[in-house]
Amino acid sequence: MATQAAFMPGAKAQTATTGVWSWITTVDHKRIGILYGVSAFIFFLMGGIEALIMRAQLARPDNDLVSAQTFNELFTMHGTTMVFLAIMPLSSAFFNYMLPLQIGARDVAFPRLNALSYWIFLSGGLFINSSFLFGSAPDGGWFGYATLTTRQFSPGHHIDFWMLGLQILGIASMLAGFNFIVTIINMRAPGMTLMRMPVFVWMSLVVQFLVVLAFPAITVALILLMFDRFFGTLFYAPAAGADPLLWQHLFWIFGHPEVYILILPAMGIVSEVLPTFARKPLFGAPVVIYSGIMIGFFGFGVWSHHMFSVGMGPVADSAFSIATMLIAVPTGVKILNWISTLWGGTIRFTSALLFSLGFIAMFTMGGLSGVMHASPPVDLQQTDSYFVVAHFHYVLFGGSIFGIFSGFYYWWPKMTGRLLDEKLGKVHFWLMMIGFNMTFFPQHYLGLIGMPRRIYTYAADLNWGFWNLVSTIGAFIIALSILVFIINVIKTRRSGPVAGPDPWDARTLEWAIPSPPPVYNFATIPTVHGRDELWLQKHGDGHGGAPTPKPAPATAKDIAAIHMPPPSYWPILLALALTVMLSGLLISYVQLVVGGLLTLYCMFKFALEYHRPAQEAH
Amino acid sequence: MTNRARVTASLLLLAVVALGAGCGLVGWEWDTPMSTVQPKSDFGRMTHDIFMLISWTTLVIFIAVEAGLLYACFRFRDRPGAPIPKQIHGHTPLEISWTVAFAAILVIIGIPTIRVIFKTQEAPAATTLHVDVTGKQWWWDFQYPALKIHTANELHLPVGQTVAFYLHGPDVIHSFWVPQLGGKRDVVPARVNRIILTPEVPGEYLGQCAEYCGMSHANMRFRVFVHDKAGWEKWVAAQQAAPVEPKDDLAVKGKEVFSQSACVGCHTIDGVSAGVLGPNLTHFGSRTTMAAGIMKNTPENIARWIENPAHVKPGALMPTLGLRDEQIKAVTAYLQSLK
Repeated sequence: MATQAAFMPGAKAQTATTGVWSWITTVDHKRIGILYGVSAFIFFLMGGIEALIMRAQLARPDNDLVSAQTFNELFTMHGTTMVFLAIMPLSSAFFNYMLPLQIGARDVAFPRLNALSYWIFLSGGLFINSSFLFGSAPDGGWFGYATLTTRQFSPGHHIDFWMLGLQILGIASMLAGFNFIVTIINMRAPGMTLMRMPVFVWMSLVVQFLVVLAFPAITVALILLMFDRFFGTLFYAPAAGADPLLWQHLFWIFGHPEVYILILPAMGIVSEVLPTFARKPLFGAPVVIYSGIMIGFFGFGVWSHHMFSVGMGPVADSAFSIATMLIAVPTGVKILNWISTLWGGTIRFTSALLFSLGFIAMFTMGGLSGVMHASPPVDLQQTDSYFVVAHFHYVLFGGSIFGIFSGFYYWWPKMTGRLLDEKLGKVHFWLMMIGFNMTFFPQHYLGLIGMPRRIYTYAADLNWGFWNLVSTIGAFIIALSILVFIINVIKTRRSGPVAGPDPWDARTLEWAIPSPPPVYNFATIPTVHGRDELWLQKHGDGHGGAPTPKPAPATAKDIAAIHMPPPSYWPILLALALTVMLSGLLISYVQLVVGGLLTLYCMFKFALEYHRPAQEAH
Repeated sequence: MTNRARVTASLLLLAVVALGAGCGLVGWEWDTPMSTVQPKSDFGRMTHDIFMLISWTTLVIFIAVEAGLLYACFRFRDRPGAPIPKQIHGHTPLEISWTVAFAAILVIIGIPTIRVIFKTQEAPAATTLHVDVTGKQWWWDFQYPALKIHTANELHLPVGQTVAFYLHGPDVIHSFWVPQLGGKRDVVPARVNRIILTPEVPGEYLGQCAEYCGMSHANMRFRVFVHDKAGWEKWVAAQQAAPVEPKDDLAVKGKEVFSQSACVGCHTIDGVSAGVLGPNLTHFGSRTTMAAGIMKNTPENIARWIENPAHVKPGALMPTLGLRDEQIKAVTAYLQSLK
C-alpha cells in the first residue's frame, strides 16, 4: 500500500530519539501521542483548578471568595478547557499512539500533518489561556451565545481570545480528523477488513467523521462572529434584522456531535479493556460498532434539544425530542453488550478494568438523566439548572474521563514499558469514584430545587447551602485522587515493574510488539485473521480452530530497509506563523499581514519539503 | 473467594450503599422556595407528571443495569486456576429483544411527552390575562397592558386566572423562570416568546433568570405574588392610583432631588419623570425587595444602592450619581413614600 512514508527519500528508521529538538521536530505518531497526552493532561489540571475555585466560591451562600467577573471567566474557561483542551486531546493521544498500532501500520498516513495538528492545538490552547495574563479571560460561557458575545455587550478582548483560540483549535481538529480517516481507511494491515478492526479503531473512525463534519459549523459561526466584532457586520445584531438563534443553531449543530466526539473514544477504550480482562471477545461486537455509527449519525439530528426553551414551537420540539430519545436505543444496547461481555468471563479486577466498570456504572446514570430532559416539558424545568450540570458531568466525567483513565492504566505499559502501581491505581479509582459521586450526585438535587447554572452566588434561604458544601468537598476528593495518579506515574516511571510486550494477555495487535514499540512499530507487517488477532495467535478461536500463524520474524536487514519519515521543523513553524497571524487581530493589522505572509511561506516550505523535480526522480 | 475479590466486592457494596443513602431522599427537603417538584400551577403539574413517569421508568432501568453489572462482576470474578472462558461472540435473539424493549420504553415516555408539548403551547383564550415581560441586564420589567399597570421585579397574579406572559428582550438572551409555577422560557431579542400558565395556589414564589446574560446573571431575580381575589383587586387598585404626593419634609426634598438629577433620564414615576432605561418606580415603596430581588426594600439598602449601584450588583448599568449623603437620604425617603 502506498504510503507517504515510502516516498520520503533517504530516511532510515534511526533518527535522533533524545533531546528537546527531537521532540520539536518529531513526526513519529507515538511521540506525538505522548506530546498530546502530556499537554492535554496539564490543561486538564488547569481546568480542574478552575473548577476547584468555583466550587470553593459556591461552598456557602453569599460567598465572596471571587468576584462575579472572575467566576464568569472561570466557568467559561473550565468548559472550554475541558472540552477542547483536555478531553478531546487526551483522546487524540490515544488515537495517535494506538490507532497505527492497532491496525498494524508503521505510522499515520500523513506524519508531518500529524505534527502540525499537535503544534496548532498547543498554540491554540496557549493562546486562549494567555488571556489570563492580560486580565482578559473569556467570559461568555463555553457556548458563547450571541448577542451577549457581540462587541456591544462584550467590549474588550475577552471574547476575542475565545473566538480566535477556538478557530485555531478547529484547524488542528480538522487536520487530525482527515489524517486519521485516511490512515484507518488506507493503512490497515493485510487481512484487516473493516469488520476485523478493533472496536476502538471503529469508534475513532466515527469520531473523525464527526470532527470533519461538525467543526465546519462552529467555524462558520465563529467567522461570522469575528466579522461582527472586528469588521462591523451585523450577522448577530437583532436591530438589523438578525435572529440571535442563528448562533445557537450553528453552535449546537456542532455542539451536540461534539458530545459524541468526547464520549465515543471512551466507549472504544471500554470495548478494548473489558474483553481483555474478562478474557472474552466483545459481546455482539458488530452491534456495538453499528450502535456507535448510529449514535454518530443521529448526533447530527438532535442539536435543538439544547434549545427547547428558546420557543421553537411544538412541532420542532416534538421532532427533536423523538430523535433524542432514539439515541437512547443504541446507547442502551451498548451498555447491555458490555455487561454481557463480562458475563461468563473470568474477570481480573485491574485498575484499568475498574475504571471501565466505573464508566459503565456512571455513564448509565448520565444516559438515563439524559432521557429525562429529552422530554421538552421536563427539560423546561431542568435546562440551565444544576440538574443538567450533574447530567453532563456523569456523561463527560463519569463517562469520558473514567474511560480515558481506563485507557491510561491499560495502555501505559505499552507506551512506557513499565506497569503502573496497581495498589495506587485502585486507591485512585475509589477516591475518584467517591469524590465524583459526592460532587455531582447532589447537583441533581440542587437542580431539582431550582439552582440555576452559572451563578456566582446564591441567597441563604433557598436550602442550597448544605449540598453545595458537600459537592465542594467531593471536588477536593477528586483532586486528591488525581494527585494519587500523579504520584503513581512519578513513582513507577523509573522503578516500576517492566511490562514486557503483553502484560495483560490482551487481544489486539499493539500487544504483539515490544513495549515501548520501536520507531517502525512492526518489524514485519502482520497478516490479520480476526478482530482479536493476537488472541487468535496465542489461543486459537476457542472453538477448536488452530492458532493463526504469527508473522515471520524480521532479519536485521529487513529492519534496516524500513523507510520512516524524517523529522521536520516546518509543522511547528507553520503553527507559530498561524498564531502570529491570528493574534494580530488583537494587536495590530501589521502583525496580521506579516503573520499571514509568514503562514504562506511556511505552507509552501512545508508542502515542498520533499518535492523533487521530475528529472531527479527515478 | 480470594482476599482481593472479597475486598473488591465489599467496596462495590459500599459504593452502592453510599449511593443509595445519597439518593435515599432522607433529609432531602423538596418543599423549598425554588423547588421544581412542588408544582403550584397547571403547567407545572403537567410537566411534573411526565417527570415522575420518566423518573420511575429510568429508576427501574437504572437498578436493573447496575445490579446486573455488580452481579456479573461478583459472579464471574477470576479464580485461581480458572480455565479460559468460552469465547462467546454474541446472541442475536437476545440482542434484538433488548433493542425492541428499549424502543418500547421510549414509546411509553414519548407519547405523553408529545401530548403535553402541544397542550402547553396552545393559543391563549380570550379571557387570558396578558402580561408583557421584558428581561434586561439585569432586572425584569412587567406590564399589564389591559390594566395599564407598569412595574418591575415583582409580579402579582390572581389565583386561578390563566396568564399569558409575552417575553421581550431588548439586549441579550435571558430566561424567565419561576420553578414552582413551571418550566422556563427564553427571552430572545427580536422575538416574542410566550408562556401560558394558571397559578393554582396563592403564595410568594421566587423567580430567576436562567440563561447566562453577563456579569450579574446571578443577581437577576424576581418575585411572584399569587393573590386570592380580594388581594388581587386591592393590588390592582393601588397600582392604578397616581403616585402618592410626599408629605414629610425629607420626602418632599427627595422628590426635588430626584426630579433635578440624572434619575429622571432612566426612571419613570408617573407625573414626575418618563425615563425608560431603568425600572419604573411609580409604586416603588409598595415593593418588598429591590435591585431585582437581591435585597429587601429598606432605607439602608436603598441608600447603599444609590451610593454605588455596581458595588451592590456587579456590572449594574445605573451609574454612580455623586449625590451627597443628605440628598441620598432624601431620595430614599421619597422612594419609600411611593406606596
